[in-house]
Amino acid sequence: MDFTDLQIERYSRHIILQDVGVEGQQKILEGKVLVVGAGGLGSPVALYLAAAGVGTIGLIDGDVVDLTNLQRQIIHFTDDVRKAKVLSAKEKIEQLNPDVKVITYQELLTTDNVFEIISQYDFIIDGTDNFATKFLVNDACVLAKKPFSHGGILRFEGQTFTYVPGHACYRCVFHAPPPANAVPTCSQAGVLGSIAGMLGTIQATEALKFFIGKGKLLTDRLLVFNALDMEFRNVNFKHNSSCPICGDNPSITSLQTYDLPTCELKQK
Amino acid sequence: MSVKVNGKAQEIEGSTISLLELIKKNDVKQPDMVSVQLNGAFVVRDEYENTDIKNGDEVDFLYFMGGGSF
Repeated sequence: MDFTDLQIERYSRHIILQDVGVEGQQKILEGKVLVVGAGGLGSPVALYLAAAGVGTIGLIDGDVVDLTNLQRQIIHFTDDVRKAKVLSAKEKIEQLNPDVKVITYQELLTTDNVFEIISQYDFIIDGTDNFATKFLVNDACVLAKKPFSHGGILRFEGQTFTYVPGHACYRCVFHAPPPANAVPTCSQAGVLGSIAGMLGTIQATEALKFFIGKGKLLTDRLLVFNALDMEFRNVNFKHNSSCPICGDNPSITSLQTYDLPTCELKQK
Repeated sequence: MSVKVNGKAQEIEGSTISLLELIKKNDVKQPDMVSVQLNGAFVVRDEYENTDIKNGDEVDFLYFMGGGSF
């Protein structure tokens, strides 16, 4: 693949980086990442992947931009309120980097569409806001053997790990979704806006490392941080042999649908 | 005895304590929802009461974190 002069200039800071170089940048330009959720985590992920020149970025989100999003979902601006999130995000990505092809799915990820969608991508980013979809992403990626980055934030904390086939998955740590309303959400407990940036950027970095094939991915460990004391911790966990989906005797061999609690305040 | 909880040293009276007691002592939010690692291995929830923590053990409490709205 030949770089244009503009691309050499645009990506010069990658190209001169020893562990990236021309080969690494080429892999990034050929890469395809699906970002599930164009919200708190999806925003910085999409922006940094676009800046890096990831060739194809898929964005799936059924929501429209809400005023309460703007405190942390930095890909959306004030004028975007009530616009579909994937369209708002696509506009900014295209302005940031015309090398990037953006594919939008203005819908929810479900058991019906997940396999078809993820099959077209190399790496998936979980930027979702509910556990049913987090488990769906995990299960689909495990069954389809696709690597993905899991992420979650709340208050001043964040946690993330990277799944690569053969290594620990989300169910190795958390067997099944919590009951509805058992765990507080951002809209209940709050979240410091920049926490989304802290975690999302780590997820974007993992995707880029995956493409360039350098360094150590966050496999078999959960990176947990608390921004109040700025402490970061790696909690190592082995692939769980009794994991219901990736263990020795999996009890889950097909996708599960979990009931999402509905909120009467939300209008779609 | 001295144990590590979430990476930080903790002094506990006595020579042993059940994992369930340790969870209570640490004021773990939502004890039904926490995932526990003891010395790098997961402990099944039903075993919390019967699992003994001793000097030098390392315990990590992992919580669901989902972000978002619901």
